[in-house]
Parts: sequence; C-alpha cells; structure tokens
Amino acid sequence: MSEKQHEIRLRINGTEHDVAVPARRLLSDALRHDLGLTGTHVGCEHGVCGACTVLVDGEPMRSCLMFAVSAAGHDVTTVEGLARPDGELGPVQQAFRECHGLQCGFCTPGFLTTITAGIAENPEPTEDEARDMIAGNLCRCTGYQNIVKAVCRAAELARDDRASEDGAA
Amino acid sequence: MKPAPFDYVRPGTLEEALQALAGHPEAKILAGGQSLVPLLSMRLAAPAVLVDINDLPDLDHVRADADGVRIGALARHAEVLKDAEVARVQPLVPLALANVAHPTIRNRGTTVGSLVHADAAAEMPMVLRLLDGSVDVAGPGGRRTIPAAELYVGPLESSLHHDEIAVEAFFPALGAGSGVAFEEIARRHGDYAMCGVAAVVTVEGDRVVSAKAGYLSVSDIPAVVDLTEALDGSVDATALAAAAAAALEELDPETDIHATADYRAHLATVLTARVVTAAYDDARTRAGGSR
Amino acid sequence: MTTKMMGAKVQRVEDDRLVRGTGRYVDDVALDALHTAVLRSPHAHARILSIDVDAVLDVEGVHAVWTYDDLEGAMAEPLPLLIPHPTLTHGRTQYALAKDEVNYVGEAIAFVVADDRYVAEDALARIVVEYEPLPAVVGLEAARTAANLVHDDVPGNVGARMEQSNGDAAAAIAAAPHTLSLDLKIERSACMPMEGRGTVARWDPDQGRLQVWTSTQTSTGVRAAVAAKLGLDLGQVDVITPDVGGGFGVKIVHPWPEELLVPLAAQKLGRAVKFTEDRREHFISSAHERAQEHHVEVGFDDEGRVLGLDVRFWHDHGAYTPYGLIVPIITSTQLLGPYKPGAYHVQFDSLYTNTVIVTPYRGAGRPQGCFVMERTMDAIAAALGKDRADVRAVNFIQPDEFPYEQGLIFQDGRELTYDSGDYPAMLDKIKELVDWDGFESFRAAKAAEGKRVGLGLACYVEGTGVGPYEGAHVHIETSGKVKVATGLTSQGQGHQTAFAQIVADELGVRFEDVEITTGDTRRMAYAVGTFASRAAVMSGSAIHLAAKRTKEKALRIAADALEADVDDLEIVDGVVSVKGTDSSIPLGTIAVLSNPLRYAFDEASKAATQFNVGDPTKPPVAEDDEPGLEGTDFYSPPRSTFASGMHAVIVETDVETAEIRILKYAVVHDCGHLINPMIVEGQIHGGVAQGVGGALYERMAYDESGQLLNASFMDFLMPYVTEVPTSIEIDHLETPSPLNPLGIKGAGEAGVIPGSAAFAAAIEDAERSALPSFGITAMPISPSELFALRAVHASSEESK
Repeated sequence: MSEKQHEIRLRINGTEHDVAVPARRLLSDALRHDLGLTGTHVGCEHGVCGACTVLVDGEPMRSCLMFAVSAAGHDVTTVEGLARPDGELGPVQQAFRECHGLQCGFCTPGFLTTITAGIAENPEPTEDEARDMIAGNLCRCTGYQNIVKAVCRAAELARDDRASEDGAA
Repeated sequence: MKPAPFDYVRPGTLEEALQALAGHPEAKILAGGQSLVPLLSMRLAAPAVLVDINDLPDLDHVRADADGVRIGALARHAEVLKDAEVARVQPLVPLALANVAHPTIRNRGTTVGSLVHADAAAEMPMVLRLLDGSVDVAGPGGRRTIPAAELYVGPLESSLHHDEIAVEAFFPALGAGSGVAFEEIARRHGDYAMCGVAAVVTVEGDRVVSAKAGYLSVSDIPAVVDLTEALDGSVDATALAAAAAAALEELDPETDIHATADYRAHLATVLTARVVTAAYDDARTRAGGSR
Repeated sequence: MTTKMMGAKVQRVEDDRLVRGTGRYVDDVALDALHTAVLRSPHAHARILSIDVDAVLDVEGVHAVWTYDDLEGAMAEPLPLLIPHPTLTHGRTQYALAKDEVNYVGEAIAFVVADDRYVAEDALARIVVEYEPLPAVVGLEAARTAANLVHDDVPGNVGARMEQSNGDAAAAIAAAPHTLSLDLKIERSACMPMEGRGTVARWDPDQGRLQVWTSTQTSTGVRAAVAAKLGLDLGQVDVITPDVGGGFGVKIVHPWPEELLVPLAAQKLGRAVKFTEDRREHFISSAHERAQEHHVEVGFDDEGRVLGLDVRFWHDHGAYTPYGLIVPIITSTQLLGPYKPGAYHVQFDSLYTNTVIVTPYRGAGRPQGCFVMERTMDAIAAALGKDRADVRAVNFIQPDEFPYEQGLIFQDGRELTYDSGDYPAMLDKIKELVDWDGFESFRAAKAAEGKRVGLGLACYVEGTGVGPYEGAHVHIETSGKVKVATGLTSQGQGHQTAFAQIVADELGVRFEDVEITTGDTRRMAYAVGTFASRAAVMSGSAIHLAAKRTKEKALRIAADALEADVDDLEIVDGVVSVKGTDSSIPLGTIAVLSNPLRYAFDEASKAATQFNVGDPTKPPVAEDDEPGLEGTDFYSPPRSTFASGMHAVIVETDVETAEIRILKYAVVHDCGHLINPMIVEGQIHGGVAQGVGGALYERMAYDESGQLLNASFMDFLMPYVTEVPTSIEIDHLETPSPLNPLGIKGAGEAGVIPGSAAFAAAIEDAERSALPSFGITAMPISPSELFALRAVHASSEESK
C-alpha cells in the first residue's frame, strides 16, 4: 500500500524547494520535517492555537490547516524569513525581544508572522487594534500583556525603517 | 492527529471536478479546508478522494450590484469582508462575517464552503436563510439554484447532492426602508457563539412593516423567525418581549458544556430585543430619519 | 565597578534564537528519527481481554509494535511512585503499557514505531483490542460513594487519608462567639503548555550509550528512571532538555510511558526514535489538577479573628498516584495563607477516579487552599457586616512574628515555618493600587448607569524554593568566557538570563561573557528539577555560591601573579586588578595559569607550560587544589522560603446576559529581592492569565462514562488576549529571605494562586447589589452558571 507521492515545488522565504510528499502531508509537517524549517511550531493541529501560522502570499494562514500540495505555487513566509536581509532581527522580532513578548517561545513564531502581516496592513495600530491583530493566537506564558506592547513597538520600528529608507532614497 | 491517506485530485476545470466527484462516491471537496482539515486530522472523516477545487477558474469573484451580492466558491471570507460594495449592498454580510472565527481562518476559509458545511452554529448559513439567499450548484446535469430555505435539511447536512459543487452564493440586496443588525455571544471572542441573532427590519416612517430574525446555535438547522406579527408595528418593550416569545416558540436550544438550554433561550430573548432594536434604528437611519 | 545586574530589567539572551525560529525544541532534533504513536484506551474503565496486532505487521513503514507482553524486566513493572508518603497507604501507578486493565480514557495500551507519524497512526487503526467495559468512577461524589471501585484492591477508592492539627480546633470553634460553615468546590483544569510532551532517543552502539532529549522539568529524574527501567548504568544515559515549550508542572512527572518506550525502541532498533504528543493526547494522557471539594467549619470573634478552623476536603487524584500526595498536602498547609488561626485542623481523603492522573499544575493545590481561606474570610466579613480587608488585617501574622511557625508539616517533610514577610504593608499597597476606599463611589456611579460591578480581594502565601538541593558548576575558560551549568531545566523562565546576571555580579565579568546551560546531565549530573517556584532560589543560590568559589580561586592565583594581597584585588569586566593601580591580569590569563601544562597549544597556553610557570620546588598542583579555574557548589536550605501576594479585581457582571467582564486587575507581590523585574512581571502576567482561565473559562468536562468531552482547544477555553485584563497593575514589596545568600524567593507560580478566590469574591460582590444576593462557592464560573445561580436564588426568594 505504498502511498502516492506528489512532486511539488514549494517557495519558502524566497527559496524554491522540490519535494515529494503524500497528499495528506500537512504544510506544517512539510516545513518542519521535509524542509527542516523547524521554526514553525505545531501546538494543536486543529487550527485554534495559531502557533503554526505562516504567511501565504503575505496573508497569515494556519499551516496545520493546509496540505503541502495546496501550497505549491504560493509564496510562503515562515519565521525564518522574518529577519532583515543583513541578518539583524526584523522589527517584530526585535520588538518581542525588547518588550519581553515571549517566555517559552513556542507560540512566538505564529505571533511574529501574524503581526508582520498585521502591521503591514495597519502601520499604526492602537492598543485595541493590536489586541484584535493577535486575537486568534494562544499563548500560555505571557498573559499577552507584553505581546500587545510588542505589536505597538514593532509598528513603531517598522515606521522608523520606512522613514530611514525614504530618507536614504 | 494526522489525516488518513486519500487520493488527491486538483482539477483545472469545473467539468473535470464534476467528473472526479462522479467517479468517486466517497470524495470530498477541498476549498478553504478550515472546517474539513481538522476533521481529517482527527480522523473523524476519512474520504477516499479529496477534490481540491482551488485551481478552478472564475470562482473567486465577489460581485455586488443592485440585486445583491454574488460570492464565488473560492472567495475567502476576508475578501468578502473587506469589499466596500458588499457592505453597501447588503451590510448584514460583513456584520456577520466579522464574527466568523478569527482573521487568520478568514484568510483561507471560503464563504461558500461555510454555507454548504451547513453548521447551525455558524454565522453565514443563518444569514443566507434570513436574507432568503440561494446557492448555485453545478452538477452532472447542469446548474441549479437551491433557495436557502431548501438548502438546510439537518444538522451539518445540506441538500447538495454528492456529485454537485456549490459554485456561487447569492445574498439579496438590502431592500428600501430596511435595516439590519447582528450580535452574538460567545464564550471567547472568535468561538462558536452560544447564541447569535441577526435581524432585518423594514419600516415605513417609524412603523415596523416587516421584521425577521435569524438564530444560530439554538436549533438543529439555521433558524429564521418572522417577528412582524409579534411586533405589531412597534419596537417598544412590550413588542420586543412578544417578539422574543414568538421566537422561542420556534427555537429548540440544547444544553452543552458551554451553556444550558435555559441560558441559550435567555440569550435569544435578550439578543432578539437588542438586534431588532438595532436593525430598526439602522432602517430609520438609512431612511434618513431618526428614532 | 561594573553596573550591578541583579535587579536590572535585562533583555533575555534566550530571545534571539527563539524569535528567529532557531530554538531547539524536542521535535526539532533528530529529523531522521522514526516516529511513534500510542494506542490509547477509549474506555474509562475496562478489562483488556485480548489485543491483536497482526494486521499492523503488514503495514509498510512500520518498524515495531509493542504491547505489555513485549515488555521485560523492570519495564514490565509498574511505573515508579515518585513521592511515597506514609499515609499513601494505597498508592498505585500504571504500567508503561496497560496490563490486563485500563483505568482512564487515554491510558497507553500499544506502542507503534514507524517511518512517520502518519503511518504510525494508520497502524494504530489496525490494532484490535477486545475490552470488557467496567463501571467508571467519575467525579468526587462517585469516588466517595464508592458504589464502584477504580482498583479492586483499594477499598472506598481511598488512596490516602491524612490529618494535621495545630491546637484543638473543634474546641475553639465550639467556644467561639460566631461560627459558619461553608462548602467550596474547584473543578479540574490542566497546565496545557503550548508544546506537549515529547521525547527523542538515540542509542550509540559503539559507545553503548543512550542519548535522550526530552521535554521535561527534570532531566536528572528522567535519567535515573530510564537507567533503572532499561537496566543501564547511570553513566550510559545522558538526558538533555532542549528548549521546552512550557511546562507549568505537567512535565515534572516522569517517566511518562513514552519516556521509557522511546529509549527502549532506539536501543532495540538502532535508530533515532521520536515521540511527539499531539494535543488530543495531551488532554487525555498527560495530567490534570485542581478538582477538590471542601467543607469548612470556622469559629470567630466579634472582630472577625479566626479562633478555630476545621477543614475537611476530598481530592480527586485520578486513576493513579505517581506524584504522591503533594497537591493535597500543599492545599492543607498553604490554605492558611498570611493568617494565624487560633487553632487549625485539616483532614483530607485522596480518592481514585477513572480519569486522567492528577499532578501539580502551577500553584499546585494553593489555588484551592487560597479559595477556601479567602471565601471564608469574605463570609466572616459578610456575617459581621465588616470590611473584607479589615477582617483579613486582624488575622495577619505581624512583621515582628517571623520566623512564624504554623505548627504543621509542609510538602517537603519539614516544618511549615514562614521565613519573612510584611502582610500589613502589602494590604496597604493593594488597597491603594485598586482604590479600595474609592470603590463604593465607583460602584454607585456604575449603578447609576444600570451596571453591576464588584470588587474582590485575595491573599496568599506560597512556599517556594523547596529542597532538597541544586548545584552549579562555573568554569572560566582561557578565553575569559564563563561557562555555567546547573542541572534543573528551563521552560521559558529566562534562566539563561537571570542566572547570568547573578554570575556577572558575583564574578565581575561582563554579562555577555556568561553562558548558562540548564538541564543537561552531561554538564551537571546532580539536580532535582524545576517546580515549586524553586529555580531562582535553588539554582540561583547554587550558582552564586559556585561563582563565589571560582572567584576566590581566581583572586588567589591573581594575588600570586600580581604579587599582591587578595584583599587589594577587584574584578571589573573580567579583569583582576590591584585597586588603585594599573597592575592587572585578565581572568582568561588566570584560567591559563590555573592549569599547569606540559604542552602548549597556542600563544596563551605557553605561559602555563612547565618551564614558564610555578615554583619548581613545589607540586605543580597543590595538595588541596585542582587544575582549572572552576568552582562547583550546591545549595541545600533547611526549608522553603515563603513568598506572598495579594490580588484585587474589579468585575462587571452583565445585568442581562450574566457575562463577566474584567475592569481592573491589581497585584502586589513579594518574592524578596528581584533578580530581573522584567522577568518577574512576565511571570505574574502569565500567572494572572492562567488564573483568569481557571476562574472563568477552563474546566475538564467529563461525562458520566469518563469521556472527556472537551479534549481540544475548541472547547477547553484557554484565554486569548481578548479574555485577559487589558492591563495588570503591579506593585512589588521586597522582603528578603534570610535563608539564602541573595535574599530571594520564588516567583513562578504566584500569579495564578489567588485567581479563583479573587474572581469569586468580585462576582459575589457585584451580585450583592442585586436582590437576592448569593454566595459564589464553586469555581470556575461561566455566564451560563451565573445566570442559573441568579435564577435559582430569584425563585427561592419568590417562594419565601
């Protein structure tokens, strides 16, 4: 009963990967086990916790609720793709560190991807909007207080980035 | 929690998709997958074949015109929610969509998929019924339109045949003199509601000439109750109480781990009054008047 | 002098890897490993008549399938009873794979090793088990009634009955001017870390050595258990705890069946083998806590002073007792909080049910004890018509009464003696933080808007930093970098940061030059574990002591090298200098000198070779010395240190829908000296959120047959950001502990302890403004339940 393998090309963080996976392979498992991108974490496998959230064509989606075969042809961004090109922490990553927005770090990748998309859409979130932005992600350690702060701080850092880019241009 | 094996087909045309369904009585359709994939991972469902319709052309549309809103089978909740024309033509659609799960789920989940999943605890089936919308389905014999009133036949059961694909949903436009409102109460923000109510109220001057409310999580299938008679033209406290009583006659709330039947009935009562009032105010505002 | 790190809000060194996605959690290691899955009982109570695994053997990609019959030697014996106690007369533990009988839904029956988890789950579906279902005992009522037994040989389902007294409580109550009795109940919940359990093992046949990575709160505990069960020498087993995605207590339990089966499979198959628990498994096969029912009799005087307190309670410990009686012992002792009743008597029964095992969850019995004591205080205040804070104040242990002996034996087998605290000062702070005195005008203003609001207060004392010991090893390398190892594990508490702060201060090195390793038995073989808010107290103190030892050696060598007196030396930024001169030597060079060499390997090491260093008339290493610039030390205190805190919460209870909204949450917390206030506040935030969960959302919904109805994140309602307070006001009091060199107390669990007590008080207070008012005696409470309480009391009022 050898299971049929599907040859697919996944574009993850700008890099293309050819892999053969069974149809049932969840995108989360393909990222972690087939590509070794273990930054994406699996917390519930039923779409509630948000730890596995990745960006698909820039939009946050649950990688545990997608099959790898469905992700072929789309641009996927994982936590490993959030650092700046020079290797420094990206704005959301930096904000989490500054604001103590993480403790055990297991849910963190899902927050980071979600917020990256969130502040792209809303560059100046209020605290209430920051809460809305992360309302679908579970964290058991932080009580969310510092994550909300980190959202606002990340937006500020991203604005600074844009300002300095504009200044340089 | 990993799905059992299945064969996977990803047809490029509707015809191929229909053929795939016709050839596999145990096939299931994968669109957004936000309800289906957890069922597969928990092995509560194990279809032999999954027909992924995400490559089908011309199904991701969201169109609004004077008649109403047409939503293609591949339009994601998020696309519909942010469409300003949809909000203008039928404001109840975004009001309800904003309560569908969390934004990340709405980025992938499809509105049509939610409609045919036929969950009486979900927002959109109830809204479709309340608005007397419909779903267009394609099948081996061509296309047919299923009115919402005939779509929901049992718990998590729609009247779609196995070999049919829902291709488009239609939500009629908000009529002149009408207003809408939606409110639900969930244990946690984003959870399935313990009770939710939507209403469409039509006024002439300050008088209610028609009022209907839709209910979620308090019946087996999405429920709609005509409150016109009970309100008897008014939205004063007495009328609202009569409306809520009339609604409860039609509803059948059940006890589960989150809420008792009594509590759900109570919420239906409270929300009926709130939502009918809000829809009345909305109608008056749209008509340019004030209460 | 270098800036003092202790007390500074230092950013965490852990974060860089964790925010990049380059942390290493257990499922991230050994990507080449085989995967496993466990067949779990679908019945709460059943005899296993037969197990047929034949159909599995044909499945392509399956490497092994085991049932109990495949286990040998110690593996075929029951799992260890980790903490025996004389009163635990009927302790029982499960087998790694069920033998003849299953006692909860989720109990492990068969174990499959396959190419991947998908195939392993396919294989599980092919195993055929024939069961004879037996009546299930679910809930304390059924356990107490004992119409059915969980274990045939445990009469009355009673695992243990324990009793403690201080004075004659019955007589004191009988003689008291006022008495009250209360029945108080708390339901089951669970730790629910975002990462479930997981274990990876690799057997090295060349070395005859096993390497185990496991998501645990005790790597040394797992090591000892694995060695014992697999019949290996301790020296053949290394246990490494990688990054851990939260613990909150559940991961202190060990060895889990999979923690033994995975290493055994690795050894037998010669391949790396991995078990990664999924969420459903975590609900039904890890551990729960909290379920207890309590009956209180209290006698008090006109001021509300408790003259006698008698508490009888029933603890639901689930199907087995691997962790002994720790939870109910903690309830029975820590219930007293900051108070000094005239006399106290407590008795509990620890009862078996056909449900998941019960072991400590953050707070570990204290949330229940706090709920009981604080509800009692509120009831006394209501009975006397007194201010609830005033009643607490008259019962406080006073600052001049420390050390204060409660006259009981604590969870560590030692006397319950509080080391320090200042409860009256703390009460002043919390009253100010929540505006206690201004609340009635706030209530009136809200009432004018038709809204119902209430204020609740809850106080607790938490024994933290229990023994027996922790140790640390500090090694200054020739590069000047400082490598520190301590044996207990980390699961998000920022130990790498906080411990480095301690080392930087003591050694006088740059914080950036210190690297902390935790939970790796190769680096520190002697350790206990991370639980009971003990890491900072125990390992923090041990690290401080080991650093001090290392510093003494460094200064001794430096004094020789610089021909100076030790007392004239100081270390700043890793350089030892003679105070007030420019004579100096870096610690890295001292490390070179500390290790007399025959062979040079680089420029620096030339200085330590035999023709360059040392007095040729003396042994290169003195008799009482050792080579290397290292220090090892252990910290083993006589008893626990006692942190304390008070929470106040203001809620609104919706007049129409009975929804409960949090308007304000305030915390005053005393954990002695703070190492890193940012981390401590983070711990409080997280604890408060779990307290909110426990009070308003989370419960384990078992049906009568023992099926867990809400074994998913859909239905087990952990708070999202939308359910927690929008801000948490925090104030600190720092009453140092006299028991350790840094004056610190534990901070990890505190935030969760008073949650249910404070919310119950606030909801009761809010409802007081409606008629008829009623007591909140069971938690958690949902809007549906509050609605039901209102309805019941309204109808009983009507019938009067």
